[in-house]
Amino acid sequence: MIDILALFTAFVLAIFIGFEVINKIPPTLHTPLMSGTNAISGITIVGALLAIPYSSPTTANLLGAVALAMATINVIGGFMVTDRMLAMFKRKD
Amino acid sequence: MMAQYLNILYLFAAILFILGIKGLTRIKTAGRGNLLSAMGMLVAVIATLLKMQLGDEALGILAGQIGWSYIIAGVVVGGLIGAILAKTIKMTAMPQFVALFNGFGGGASVMVALSYSVAKILSGTPIGSFDMLTVILSLIIGSVTFTGSLVAFGKLQGFISGKPILFPGNKLLNLALALAVIAGSSYVLLGIVIPAKLVLYLIGITVVTLLMGILLVTPIGGADMPVVISLLNSYSGLAASATGFVLKNDLLIISGALVGASGLILTRIMCKAMNRSLANVLFGGFGADDFAVSGEKGKQEYTNVKEASPEEAALTLEGANSVIIIPGYGLAVAQAQFAAQELAEALEKRGSKVSFAIHPVAGRMPGHMNVLLAEAKVPYEKLYELDTINPEFKTTDVVIIAGANDVVNPAAAKEKGSPIYGMPILNAYEAKTVFVIKRSLSPGFAGIKNALFEYDNTQLIYGDGKKVLQQLINELKEL
Repeated sequence: MIDILALFTAFVLAIFIGFEVINKIPPTLHTPLMSGTNAISGITIVGALLAIPYSSPTTANLLGAVALAMATINVIGGFMVTDRMLAMFKRKD
Repeated sequence: MMAQYLNILYLFAAILFILGIKGLTRIKTAGRGNLLSAMGMLVAVIATLLKMQLGDEALGILAGQIGWSYIIAGVVVGGLIGAILAKTIKMTAMPQFVALFNGFGGGASVMVALSYSVAKILSGTPIGSFDMLTVILSLIIGSVTFTGSLVAFGKLQGFISGKPILFPGNKLLNLALALAVIAGSSYVLLGIVIPAKLVLYLIGITVVTLLMGILLVTPIGGADMPVVISLLNSYSGLAASATGFVLKNDLLIISGALVGASGLILTRIMCKAMNRSLANVLFGGFGADDFAVSGEKGKQEYTNVKEASPEEAALTLEGANSVIIIPGYGLAVAQAQFAAQELAEALEKRGSKVSFAIHPVAGRMPGHMNVLLAEAKVPYEKLYELDTINPEFKTTDVVIIAGANDVVNPAAAKEKGSPIYGMPILNAYEAKTVFVIKRSLSPGFAGIKNALFEYDNTQLIYGDGKKVLQQLINELKEL
């Protein structure tokens, strides 16, 4: 039970940090914010990695590999496209 | 034992994510911020692989038990698809791209939760009721995010009609499906289901929530997609958090919560910009029944509309000290943002001060128009948001509206009976002269008449946005 409470504490505090930090982001950067956080939500990649060896049953392994592929699309695609967008924001020469 | 200490690396990764997002508060530091987040992800992956190499009792992973072949296959396939999409996607298509990615995030959560629970069930390991609850939540949030995002993607890409799709009994069916999920989940959680049927129940819950994800987004119209994408962005974060609860992993919980918070903030901003409540967007079917009524209003005849030729407009522009350009999504679809920037440069050469006014819902997702203009090399100092630019219109000589409609309709500020009354608008009507570049007098997304077109200081330049802007540039050169 203590464990669960600790996890829940982390969850609630992280939401507060998220609100504090993200409220200060200007509208100009809202699209990169979305694609960037999208990449971060690809953190499920960690879950996918951990899920793969759980099991001898091959079905579970395969599910893990599909999860890994999906999460990797998110991570690689998200960070790369954010980078591409941010490179466009240039000052006047 | 050693594996426990590796959690320090997870904390480090979480800090990098927070600093990375914080970097996005300023354009100067944004690129570095994105790099920090990416480094955080790398740290997380390395820490996880180390954990697996050393073995983790709590997770039941034996030392060195890494399924390398599965991992390499997953990373190579996913990495290639992600990289190709990121390099080739057009900036106008950014919203559907983000929608698709949200979907993958949700899908991954479903797969992880299924893989975790199925492996345990098949090997005869009992799953505690709290564990089972986290698995079910992960399945529900992940599934709704997955199919909801795919429908949003289809609508934005034009695979599915952008119009709201509602059928009789739609809401009743949603309710029935929700009740089925609750009933099934309760059965599983109360231990009524025999272990042999557990996998079947979990798959059943997944399938029903996948269907719910579809039915929740189909009734929402294309104009409301910015809200939906923001909300699904939030869900994809919450799905990651739910997976974190399944695996008792702090890093997943924290990262997911950050994304969830971000999506919620953006959802609120989009709702405010359209003066709609979230409930109204999700369940209102705006543009379905309302559309028929307001569509009629849109056909109301315009009287007293003044027309200007590009030559006449160029003459007025030549004497203007200050010019504000208001771009709408139509401008970007025609790829005319490049012409708009060229016009801005031409005017600046003649000594005018040129600004771009960006309404929060000018694009198809939060901040979309800013990216589209940045692509056309409009310096970001020239982009102004609603609250900053609105006081400026009174002292502005010329406003050029290209591809925007509802967001400049004074009815939102002045006519109490208007369907868009109360929506924040750009006060273009306060300027000395307003030029509206438009193909015809057709209504915008709200389907209503635009009072601005009949104002004395407004003149319409009929034609294709890109061509008219080009004509204006040419005329200015000749003057």
